[in-house]
Amino acid sequence: MKALEIEGLSKNFGGLWAIRNVSLDIEEGERRAIIGPNGAGKTTLFHLINGFLSPSSGRLFLFGDEVTHLEVHQRAARGISRTFQVTNLFQKLTLFENLLLGVQAIRRARSCFYRRIKSFKEMIHEAENLLKEWNLWEKKDVPLKNLSYGEQRQIEVMMALATQPRLLLLDEPTAGLSPAETLFMTSIIKSLPREITIILIEHDMDVAFEIAEKITVLHFGSILTEGPLEQIKGNPKVSEIYLG
Amino acid sequence: MSFWIIQTLNGLSFSMMLFLVASGFTLIFGLMKIINIAHGSFYLLGAYIGLTVLKATGNFLLATLASSIGVVLVGIIMQRFFLRRFHMKELQQVLLTFGFVFIIADLCLWIWGGNPQALPKPSLLKGSIWIGSVVFPSYRLFVILVGILVAIGLWIFQEKTKFGAIVRAGVDDEEMLRGTGINIQVVFVGVFALGALLAGIGGMIGGPFVGVFPGVDLSMLLLALVVVIIGGIGSLKGAFLGSLFVGLVDNFGKALFPELSLFTLFAPMAIVLAIKPTGIFGRKEE
Amino acid sequence: MKKFEILKSPLLLPCLFMGLVLFLPYFFSNYYVGLVIQIFIMAIFALSLDILVGHTGLPSLGHATYFGVAAYATGLLYLAGIKNFWLVMVVGIGLGGLTAVLFGFLAIRALGAYFMLITLALSQVLWGIAFKWRSFTRGDDGLPGIGRREIGLGIDLKPDLHFYYFTLILFLIILVALFIFLHSPFGYALRGVRESESRMKALGYPVWRYKYLAFVFAGIFAGISGVLWVYYSGFVNPSYFGVDLSAKALLMLILGGSGSLLGPVIGSGIIVLLENIVSGFTERWSLILGVIYVVVIMLFSEGIFSFIKKR
Repeated sequence: MKALEIEGLSKNFGGLWAIRNVSLDIEEGERRAIIGPNGAGKTTLFHLINGFLSPSSGRLFLFGDEVTHLEVHQRAARGISRTFQVTNLFQKLTLFENLLLGVQAIRRARSCFYRRIKSFKEMIHEAENLLKEWNLWEKKDVPLKNLSYGEQRQIEVMMALATQPRLLLLDEPTAGLSPAETLFMTSIIKSLPREITIILIEHDMDVAFEIAEKITVLHFGSILTEGPLEQIKGNPKVSEIYLG
Repeated sequence: MSFWIIQTLNGLSFSMMLFLVASGFTLIFGLMKIINIAHGSFYLLGAYIGLTVLKATGNFLLATLASSIGVVLVGIIMQRFFLRRFHMKELQQVLLTFGFVFIIADLCLWIWGGNPQALPKPSLLKGSIWIGSVVFPSYRLFVILVGILVAIGLWIFQEKTKFGAIVRAGVDDEEMLRGTGINIQVVFVGVFALGALLAGIGGMIGGPFVGVFPGVDLSMLLLALVVVIIGGIGSLKGAFLGSLFVGLVDNFGKALFPELSLFTLFAPMAIVLAIKPTGIFGRKEE
Repeated sequence: MKKFEILKSPLLLPCLFMGLVLFLPYFFSNYYVGLVIQIFIMAIFALSLDILVGHTGLPSLGHATYFGVAAYATGLLYLAGIKNFWLVMVVGIGLGGLTAVLFGFLAIRALGAYFMLITLALSQVLWGIAFKWRSFTRGDDGLPGIGRREIGLGIDLKPDLHFYYFTLILFLIILVALFIFLHSPFGYALRGVRESESRMKALGYPVWRYKYLAFVFAGIFAGISGVLWVYYSGFVNPSYFGVDLSAKALLMLILGGSGSLLGPVIGSGIIVLLENIVSGFTERWSLILGVIYVVVIMLFSEGIFSFIKKR
């Protein structure tokens, strides 16, 4: 079963084609990287997949179901999750509260307004476990804005995973990270289970080549070329578009 | 038949006066995203200052000039020293204008008292004119004329002048405007002052038939809000057509069901909100 | 040493507060009792607004709408002769909530400045209707003579003392209810919406629904305060829909603090006390309120509701 199918997707902004006739398929369990120079349309593509933008034309299928006209939260309910290029977390809430919101998102309890959240023991434990797993237990009551950039990038990924997604979109997860942090992030992503299909946008070629099995290269909103890792690595056209 | 003609003309004159107020409101909102709750206060001030000068000199033109200057000054002070500090912080700006409403309303109450007053009409326009089979006060016709002239003037300003082009550019994309090197602060103060001026003139013009009294600032604000919601926020065309609609509906409403006239306004407003929250000629939401 | 440990207990202040408030009428005159009743009722109103402003990030400028609807409903039902106190109260609050159900649908689709504009316009329209519909609402004159009655168990609310305790009990119940509400998963979700709508959507929350429900809940609680105020003051008039009421509530949140349970209560205390003190020696309370407004905004330029969403 294909995790994601995109057919003839295009997005036009007032005359400018940000995405032009993009079609691609991603198998379940695959690790796909989408690379391309700045302005190629990578994040726009993510917005289209995820639902923040609606396509000018084309269709999208998530695990076999058409989602072209569904809203963001409806697509999320079908198992798609993402991180953002610019950290998008709940800055004034504590780390624990941030995770709680992630953990509660897929539960019916999320609409409960007549019981304190503390009474939902299972949810609380799950959030606590996440914290311990990721070594952030001591920081649980720190307001998110007081955490370092590197920690926040990490939490971006944690939040995306908290909803137990089947398809994970990672938008430049290592952006702005130190080499050590980048290594750590890369190893985290590599260790994610095969039940989660991963699509990765990366600017850092090393990271992309480390994680990806297949690579799609975007240029000016269209697919320049696509193929297995080794094929793309050696492809001169690819380095050309970055230097040219 | 004559009932309908008179009511239509009444409605039109009210619409044109309303247009003066609403156009200023929409200009300010369109460019600076400021919901100027004190916009009705400009009407209030314009009318009261005009009243005083008129009573002192008997000269309508002089009174209009004086009230315009007064209102523009207040507007400039408001924008330059207070609102400007909170550019793009819409809530703070709105809250500031709340404060100004209280201040101006209470000062006016203190100075001019609580009794409703009406401005005397200029002697030239005290009479009536025959239109077909009906007699209609010339003053009201004058108001319609002024409204149309102002509408044309604003249209020319917006479409044909350099300043208008700057304002239009600013409404669409402020970043771009800043990039052109034009002193954007001057533009902002200018537009705010223009908005205040229009509302002040509205007060002057409306003074003789709507009158001036504590609370008219909020009444005018309410109507301006309805106009702008129906016609579209930030659109002069929307303000004009919205004013026509609201003025006529309100007037016929008052004539036919005096107590429920606001329902006749409320229904279209609710319908527009339900279908297109930014108004008929407003920008689309992304 | 053990004696002084009590002073450090976090329960100390609440206990002192409870003590003060329980025995207030025995130490202070009716005037002060009336003031405290006002503070309680206005605190409920400010708390209801804070659900929207402080917790969801929706800057409603027309919150008086639901206060006014509930107040008029109560007044009209009473004057129409409906005897049952609780029925009147429930209907009043229910109508306030129903108005929020309807208006929320119109307002919630907009963001930022548009939302402010629409909420303001809706409250102003109702103000205008209350003003003009003289045959029903008696317009500017308002509806006087709304009295308090028996509420069952032989308790009569007419004496101020009884009404004071009634209001106090209701206030405490509402505080507890709001505490649970704001600390429920739903309450947390509201704050998530406030901080980042896009992140909430990406997590799978139907954000529109949360905002709408917050709007309705806020309207219901505002309705409660409207009903209580009518019973306190004995009359209702168009000012109950007024811009000044909505503005005062916002000022309470600014002064007292937003996003907590204590803030709106403190803010209510400040404004009610100020208003009563200042009105005691000048007629220009409105002017002073306006100046306070401008000064407070100018001084606390950053941080007031800095999370209010833009378009």
